[in-house]
Amino acid sequence: MLPEREQKKLGREKLQRIIETCKSIEGRSLDPFLIDVKDNIDTVKKYFPEWKIPEDLCLDAETIHQLASVIKLQSEWVKHRSTTLYTDPFLLDEKIRRIEKVDIVRTFVKVWHPIVELEQVSIQSLAEALRYWESLVPLNERWNEMAPTEVGSGTATREELVNQRILRDETFSQELEDFWRELKSQVAKNGENGKIRYQSFVYAETYKETVNRAFMTSFLVTYGYATLEIHPLEEEMFIVPYEKPAVKTGGKQLVSIPIALTAEDWEKWKRGE
Amino acid sequence: MSKRKAYYASKLKRATHMLFYKRHKKPGVKGWELRKTIGSDYPKVLKIMDDFLKPLDLQVKTVFEEEKQVEKPTQEQLDKARFLIELRGELAPKEAKMIGWRIDDLAGLAIAISYIISKKGKSPRKEVDELLREKLPGWKVGINIDRYVRYGYLAQDENEQLYLDWRTRAEVDQKALVDLLLRAES
Repeated sequence: MLPEREQKKLGREKLQRIIETCKSIEGRSLDPFLIDVKDNIDTVKKYFPEWKIPEDLCLDAETIHQLASVIKLQSEWVKHRSTTLYTDPFLLDEKIRRIEKVDIVRTFVKVWHPIVELEQVSIQSLAEALRYWESLVPLNERWNEMAPTEVGSGTATREELVNQRILRDETFSQELEDFWRELKSQVAKNGENGKIRYQSFVYAETYKETVNRAFMTSFLVTYGYATLEIHPLEEEMFIVPYEKPAVKTGGKQLVSIPIALTAEDWEKWKRGE
Repeated sequence: MSKRKAYYASKLKRATHMLFYKRHKKPGVKGWELRKTIGSDYPKVLKIMDDFLKPLDLQVKTVFEEEKQVEKPTQEQLDKARFLIELRGELAPKEAKMIGWRIDDLAGLAIAISYIISKKGKSPRKEVDELLREKLPGWKVGINIDRYVRYGYLAQDENEQLYLDWRTRAEVDQKALVDLLLRAES
């Protein structure tokens, strides 16, 4: 009788060997009946009372898992052998080695139905390609366009920068406060219950101006000069100005509200649709 | 032409353009694409097309996602299936040469497919390689197997196992191939 330590060591080795054999059968498509499942289960059973630590118990579970995979393969093997597609690989192997190449091809073309696929161009695609070619600018011209132009340095006055919209003629905060005052007066004039429809306030005579007003409105809301009231079911949105700018409390998560402002929507609004 | 005939004639044209001309990397069109372009009655349009193709020795082939052929497919199975135009009858060996296959390459393909079928649809590449080396020059065997994989006849996994891929399922009558090979006189 082996001492307990030796017995455990031998048991672990045996389980490892079973796992390796199962894995090689699965990985190399070998005949799953090469393994004697019953004999291996007996081995697992024999050593099971020896296992006390989690590592050994995991090894035991892994062995059972691998044996279960082999049993599954055996079941598939039996199923395949019972189908009409099953052919003994040795028989077929022998046959293939003995048949002439020409005969193999003659056999294959009887059961081969190659797919038909065309890749040739059509008159329409040629015409389209020609149109594209005509409109394509020659490479040397395109490269010219991309080359950086030399710009001479000079001076500009503040008025010139304002005219070019690089600088504003008033500070942004001043502009924002003016816009807030305009919102409050519009609400007093055209609004209801201290609020005004988003479209009524933002949409202007030109699309450019509309975009600018939407931009400013977003800052009014972000900086606490106003808030948005959204009624999703009615698909309505109102702007509610505050009397005094609200102070944002740090703990509260701010929410972004995307608002689409397309030229088509603006045109519809212009036409009164 | 009656209204009904004109309706199907126009759908038939669109289906022909979609099925004959290559649209994606893989040939053929998915069912959902046909439904989107032709309408939900596309199976009927394909049936009419199949009748038209019969005298030309061509047919509309349905390749389902599942490996086996489906007897009564559901709408979902049809939408996921791939539809192709393929030869209905048989090619003569000389014709195979005309469509770009050398006799050696075709023989190699036939051997690889039948061997994998006999091995339950999965075989180590090494075994197929050794089998092909019996009758093909060694330098060509690797190139040919790679070509069969590239064309979609075979698939290879990270363990160098070869499987039958979508093109074999679409083009080859596997059972008939094995039967004929076993019956062939050596």
